[in-house]
Amino acid sequence: MTSGPVQVTGRVLSLKRAGAYHHLTLVAEGVAERTHPGQFVALAVGDRNSPMLLRRAFSIYRARPSGAYGGSVEVVFAVHGAGTAWLSQLRQHDEVDVVGPLGHPFALPKQPVSCVLVGGGYGSAPLFGLADRLKERGCAVHMVLGAATGDRLFGALEAKRSARSVTVTTDDGSVGIEGLVTDPLPDLLGRTGSEVIYACGPMAMLRAVSAVSAEYGVWSQCAVEESMACGIGVCMTCVLPVVGDDGILRLTRSCVEGPVFGGDRVLWDAVGTVPEGTWGAPAGAGH
Amino acid sequence: MSVPGPVLPSEVDLTTSLAGVSLPNPVLTASGCAAAGRELDQFFDVADLGAVVTKSIMLDPRSGRPTPRMAETPSGMLNSIGLQGPGIDGFLASDLPWLLRRRARPVVSIAGSTLGEYAELARRLGNTPGVTAVEVNISCPNLENRGLVFACDRHQAARVISAVRRDTPRGVPVLAKLSPDVTNIVDIAESVVDAGADGLVMINTLLGISIDPETMRPVLGGVTGGLSGPAIRPVAVRCVWQVHQAMPDVPIVGVGGIRTGADALEFMLAGASAVQVGTVIFNDPSAPTRVLEELRVELAARSFKAAREAVGFAHRGDVPR
Repeated sequence: MTSGPVQVTGRVLSLKRAGAYHHLTLVAEGVAERTHPGQFVALAVGDRNSPMLLRRAFSIYRARPSGAYGGSVEVVFAVHGAGTAWLSQLRQHDEVDVVGPLGHPFALPKQPVSCVLVGGGYGSAPLFGLADRLKERGCAVHMVLGAATGDRLFGALEAKRSARSVTVTTDDGSVGIEGLVTDPLPDLLGRTGSEVIYACGPMAMLRAVSAVSAEYGVWSQCAVEESMACGIGVCMTCVLPVVGDDGILRLTRSCVEGPVFGGDRVLWDAVGTVPEGTWGAPAGAGH
Repeated sequence: MSVPGPVLPSEVDLTTSLAGVSLPNPVLTASGCAAAGRELDQFFDVADLGAVVTKSIMLDPRSGRPTPRMAETPSGMLNSIGLQGPGIDGFLASDLPWLLRRRARPVVSIAGSTLGEYAELARRLGNTPGVTAVEVNISCPNLENRGLVFACDRHQAARVISAVRRDTPRGVPVLAKLSPDVTNIVDIAESVVDAGADGLVMINTLLGISIDPETMRPVLGGVTGGLSGPAIRPVAVRCVWQVHQAMPDVPIVGVGGIRTGADALEFMLAGASAVQVGTVIFNDPSAPTRVLEELRVELAARSFKAAREAVGFAHRGDVPR
């Protein structure tokens, strides 16, 4: 497998609605064959003179190395601002500058253990490719998908084909169990004897998933959705407080060292601060 | 003066001299937009650039500021990173050797909170072979002067440059990177040149604030941030123009919002002998080498046989071509 990202001009193969989200498929040569589940692409928005300079980062939902039109990557997004609004207006054959695949993928277990995959909103997107890899290794895959409302669930039907069991939660109870995506986790971990939780979604969800995994003594792999300017490790904007293998707490780039982190390594409560003891933090009463 | 007539892009002589050091071409990275080159080397060969300007190195490791650290603005962005970095020891142990192994020309940007820190950094670098030039980031708060930014005071700016020049080997140029947030940039430029700066880099970011209308609070964790990107290009070109006009013999590196070869040419016409590509790298990681190739085409299209012929050309409006 080739490694490292490439920068290519992608072409829109399709753009479809998926509930509250958009599902974009781009033909992008050389990206798919390098992709591992959990990695992301950084897309430029607008034309070459676009006033929006910062790339938008999206988890890779599907990566197909070959197809009728060449290798393709798929992403799922919600319209949050002008950049995603531009993406939502793309038409077939439009060009999009793609950099990817980027970041560290999900680490896979060496043994065929049972795994729980937790997705919040469109955070479930990277979990389907992951489920395939896990099943190839003989792992039993259980999925928990949650969202605020039913139309903000992504891939609930696909999950039924992909996973041994699927649990759905919504905050308003419109679909599945009323409550948070972490509510069914203790019971599910007990029933399935799972040893790993994989999660992707909003920061608050990842914090809660990490807390559950710590409480029940299972390993967790969390993919963060931090905003980034470049996606390739040069801008230093997407940092989180993370404890490294050497035990040192650093503000760590989620694009290069992440987006997947061990849930026990991230100081979830301290995101957005420079916690005391961080490597290079101002000593004493600094700012 | 170039003789009018067809010039092929491949025939354009791109070599440039940066305060006595010759570079194969005038396109550099801008400090803080290329880390120490390693990440960009995945997209192009960093040795193809005139030089790689590193993110500003401080004496000690630095965590930087809390997030959010950036806000997108029209044709630009605000950043509030707070000079996160490994400190000089980490840089000398890892980043600089890597750049030299890759045969890139490293211009090392240094930043300090006190005069003593700048001097110590210069001494540490002065003992290290392979540094093409030292770029002095003086847009830092001076902890010994009520946190006022060195670059905004002609005397403080000069003291820093003089200290760095004293401890930097003769053959290594010291470049002062100036802030546009001053009343009279020519005044600051003259002061740092008198203090021994071999060249000037213009401009650093402009100070800005972005407020989120939803939360009704500043977007950035650090409240204020530096504005960069194409939005600031006319300000940067103006600074280069004014300083070149006042001191035509002082080498200038132009930086601020360069996105295309035509933008790079604009800086050269204003008086820059080299340029730096910065924020646009976030948009296009291949931008530095793309700008270089586009600049070659732009120069050829105007019958410039050598890049240096374009330097300051816009000031010579009375000379027919």
